[in-house]
Amino acid sequence: MSQPVLGAPLDRVEGPGKVTGRIAYTADNDIPGMVHAVVVESTIANGRIAAIDESAARSAPGVIAIMTPRNAPRVDARKVDANDSLLFLLQGDAVEFDRQPVAVAIAETFEQATYAARLVRVRYDVRPPTTALASGERFLPDQIFGKPAQHKRGMPEDAFARAAVTLKQTYRTPTEHHNPMETHATIAQWTGDRLTIYDATQWVFGVQHRLAATFGIDPKAIRVVAPFVGGAFGCKGQTWSHVPLAAMAARLAGRPVKLVVTRPQMFGWVGHRPQTEQVVGLGAARDGTLAAVTHDVLSETSMSDEFVEPSVVFSRDLYAVPNYAMSDTLSRLNISKPTYQRGPGESTGSFAMESAMDELSYALGIDPLELRLRNYSANDPDSGKPYSSKRLRECYAAAAAQFGWSARNPKVRSTSRGRMLVGSGMATASRATHRSPCTVRMRMNADGNVLVQCGTIEQGTGTPTVYPQLAAEILEIPPERVRFEFGNTDLPAAPIAAGSQTSGSVGSAVVVAARRMRELLVSHDGKPPADGFEVELEDSPPPEEAEHATQAFGAHFAEVEVDPDLGTVRVTRFVGAFDGGRILNAKTARSQMLGGIVWGISMALFEDTRYDARSGRIMNANLSEYLVPTNADIPDVEVILIAGDDPFANPAGAKGIGEVGICGSAAAVANAVYHATGIRIRDLPITPDKLIR
Amino acid sequence: MNPFRYERAQSGAAAIAAAQHDGDARFVAGGTNILDLMKIHVEAPSLLVDINRLPLSKIELRGDSVHIGALARLNDVAAHPVVRQAFPMVAIALEQSASPQLRNMASMGGNLLQRTRCAYFRDVAAPCNKRAPGSGCGAIGGENRMEAILGTSERCIATHASDVAVPLVALDAVVNVAGPQGSRSIVLSDFYRLPGATPHLETVLVHGELITGLSVPVLPFGARSTYLKVRDRAQYEFALGSAAVALDIEGGTIRQARLALGGVGTVPWRPRAAEHDLTGAPATRTAFEGAAEAALTGARGYGMNDFKIALAKRTLVRALEMVAA
Amino acid sequence: MARTSLSAVALQLSGSGAAVSEPAGPASATATPTFVLDVNGREHQLTVDARVTLLDALRDRLGLTGTKKGCDQGTCGACTVLVNGRRIDSCLTLAVMHEGDRVTTIEGLASGEQLHPIQAAFIKNDAFQCGYCTPGQLMSAVGMVNEGHAIDRNTVREQMSGNICRCGCYPHIVDAVLDWKGRS
Repeated sequence: MSQPVLGAPLDRVEGPGKVTGRIAYTADNDIPGMVHAVVVESTIANGRIAAIDESAARSAPGVIAIMTPRNAPRVDARKVDANDSLLFLLQGDAVEFDRQPVAVAIAETFEQATYAARLVRVRYDVRPPTTALASGERFLPDQIFGKPAQHKRGMPEDAFARAAVTLKQTYRTPTEHHNPMETHATIAQWTGDRLTIYDATQWVFGVQHRLAATFGIDPKAIRVVAPFVGGAFGCKGQTWSHVPLAAMAARLAGRPVKLVVTRPQMFGWVGHRPQTEQVVGLGAARDGTLAAVTHDVLSETSMSDEFVEPSVVFSRDLYAVPNYAMSDTLSRLNISKPTYQRGPGESTGSFAMESAMDELSYALGIDPLELRLRNYSANDPDSGKPYSSKRLRECYAAAAAQFGWSARNPKVRSTSRGRMLVGSGMATASRATHRSPCTVRMRMNADGNVLVQCGTIEQGTGTPTVYPQLAAEILEIPPERVRFEFGNTDLPAAPIAAGSQTSGSVGSAVVVAARRMRELLVSHDGKPPADGFEVELEDSPPPEEAEHATQAFGAHFAEVEVDPDLGTVRVTRFVGAFDGGRILNAKTARSQMLGGIVWGISMALFEDTRYDARSGRIMNANLSEYLVPTNADIPDVEVILIAGDDPFANPAGAKGIGEVGICGSAAAVANAVYHATGIRIRDLPITPDKLIR
Repeated sequence: MNPFRYERAQSGAAAIAAAQHDGDARFVAGGTNILDLMKIHVEAPSLLVDINRLPLSKIELRGDSVHIGALARLNDVAAHPVVRQAFPMVAIALEQSASPQLRNMASMGGNLLQRTRCAYFRDVAAPCNKRAPGSGCGAIGGENRMEAILGTSERCIATHASDVAVPLVALDAVVNVAGPQGSRSIVLSDFYRLPGATPHLETVLVHGELITGLSVPVLPFGARSTYLKVRDRAQYEFALGSAAVALDIEGGTIRQARLALGGVGTVPWRPRAAEHDLTGAPATRTAFEGAAEAALTGARGYGMNDFKIALAKRTLVRALEMVAA
Repeated sequence: MARTSLSAVALQLSGSGAAVSEPAGPASATATPTFVLDVNGREHQLTVDARVTLLDALRDRLGLTGTKKGCDQGTCGACTVLVNGRRIDSCLTLAVMHEGDRVTTIEGLASGEQLHPIQAAFIKNDAFQCGYCTPGQLMSAVGMVNEGHAIDRNTVREQMSGNICRCGCYPHIVDAVLDWKGRS
């Protein structure tokens, strides 16, 4: 082959299916006899259901059943493991957050089910809800992802007290809802005691596992199908209440049931990024060398679950800081359970830390980029482990050169374009790469064509394209001779497609299987036998992988224009350079980085879920008032890939690229706004009202 | 949506008669507002009268007025050479409305009647005097960043949502209406009602009346006009504040001014005192700032929307500067 | 305020515009109209609940699931289709309102297996990730070109703002549109 296969910017294999509308997402499936279910959600955030009158709903045309706590099948709603959540499956009368499921209407058509849901009359005993972060009951969680909720290295208090320059500021990030364009959807069909589920999920095996526990049946009796997912960003990582509710409704109706979560319900029981209040303290020498960093985070969780937004990870694992202290405190509120959202921890933590670093740069009169370089760490500062690879210096240099950073006037409010104030800002990106055991099956037929099977999913990350590239590279065949089959529980088990781990996990399993197949091929003189070869293996991270810290890195540079009178902010230029280890496909990788940057711009300027403090009800549960960027809000974005091998990360040599783009990008925008205006906004989003007061 | 009967009107008289005989009937044209409200149960008509086949889409200059049919779609009005030439501010306001798709659907008559985006109005579980008279106003003391600061009452602070109504009110546009009792013409500023004690009554229309079109008097200096809309994101969002401005300037002196504010009033807001102040004044920033102060006389913030008072002033000053330049 | 009689109103209405052909279909009110819908050049006879939106008629009744439901509120553009060549959000209009109209959906864009050039440009420029908003983006792009709005990057950005892409592919969508425009 003349061109290398791995990393080549090949078009997406499933592209023709996506641009013709032929690819089926969950709600596009039709099953003979299928009926429609619509969830009735609570309109209060705290209290009890006093009475449900479903008589009008039941007698409406087309209605098959109204499922309420009175007639809902008895199931087990308890969580099955620590990362799981309590489900709301009509097993009791308590209401603990706005838009909690309280009934389900099942009817022949979508229109009939929707209207019947409206006719269900629920009377509540209402108690005052608590939705303000400051007002909830506070506690230290037992652990945050296996680590203690409070942690120190060195002597942070002493070092902070002795530092020549200190800074302590509070930064706030709001509640944010994922809002993928495809809302959650489930189709459930019982055949005797066997259950088939079509679901919009990042993890078919997670759904299988959870439903088995909920219904007390063998996981093998449950088949979950989810090849194509219309965006997820973390909210489709968990099995939320509507999935078992669809199966319960199907049992009650005796028919297959389709349940599509509405856009307003996307603000209900399906997770969100929790709001945070972060106090960051920096103690530094005059030359900018950090002596101490403290990072204390208060974030929200629900009444019956614990989810910690691990914002501290960013400050803990990036700069060469000898003395460090962190704490994570939770506040219990009448909200649904928060969950992972693109770049959980580092996205919010980087806004606080990289804003603070920017503030320190102005306090010391040191260029913001230079300040980062003076605190560059060769090793993971917390564990002391060497990084598996780190090309952050190269990222800084490439992005700064492309952006023209050296030509920047460091003085705030010094640059204008017509009426507009112009500012530029930068920030570091960093995101841990994870890895989990993954099984793949690989078949080479007599004709040399290869089928790779693995029960992962495609959510826009390039799954059907990049893994064949990886296998083809090793097998030294054209990628179009490798087909990747994915998206259901009949296939070998894959981990959740989240946490910047899919390239490392699925990719590594593909690499190991392909290497073994190549050995088989060599032992057969390069020709497979008539019945072909098959390799099936589970690949797990070996202990020696833990000797290195694996993180993706990057550098963001943003330019903004701010209208000084009207307070409007527009991002006019953005350059990001990233070290994601080995890049499997430059085209799809670039798009993921771009997406992460767009999410960072969105976090900086737009997203903000608003609760009415009196009712606890979300008042902007739609895409008109919960703002995400439109095409006109996004400038041309330049993505630079600093590609290179990573021999220690994992066999694929790949670091996570789905999330690093959002980490730091909001801070780069906020820092640019400060440079433009001299106004430091420490609570996101940065909206006109905050800039004109 | 609730079940309803659908009827396609074959004539204006038939449409009016159909609506007149059913107190819960509604007309549907573009559908972008009524169907949205039906989906969230704010509206539950028993009969929808489809008026799309009525011949009410024409846009033409007749004498000294531009006539715009009630069924003309927003994009068609925005693109029409007569409109673009006579009143750029109307075309700009339309181009800044909603999304291209919605502008292809929404009708001019429907746009004038579109309901507020107030979150409490749109949430049937929340108190709202406009939707459920007597239930209270959730926005006062609640999430009111987007609510009005002008023309409010203790019963209602909901912002009027239309963009194009803002320049139209400045232009003294006339709404032509046909109804069971005959037809009538209403100047747009008399068409809308302040919320007062009856926020559920938004216009002077009576049940069964149908907007057939608009007559916009050609303003000699209408070509020297603009519409400035300020919002959080660049497109596809309702206004935090907007201003429509037309100026007649000669030798640096303002001879006449037409002004209106959007995104800040319970109705499209015509600050006549500010227009008066500008008449005969020099076209300077000082004069513009004085007019902006006058325009916001009586404005009241409700907490989260306090910023709108300053923002509206600055928006008006900027729009005046743009037109004067 | 001038008042005239109702008959004068009718006269004024019918005299104020071009003559319209008498539309077929329900002349009197019904909750379950029967009508013909022309989609991608094929006529379908439907008898449905009047509540059925054009979007749900396409997806649930005609099996044309390429058109997506993203919000059902006119706030995202995933359901964009062409009606008589103009792009609209199919979620905020009733199916019965479109008797006699020509509806074009994503399924009608390609010619058999031959992709429409805008579809090919989307693939080449990686103008999508998850693909869910893509049919709406494509129909909107075609509608925009029909409107004469695909002029330059900024105009395309503004004119494509009725289609939300949560994966954040916007600059690539602009690239794809201009790529197609440049080649046609």
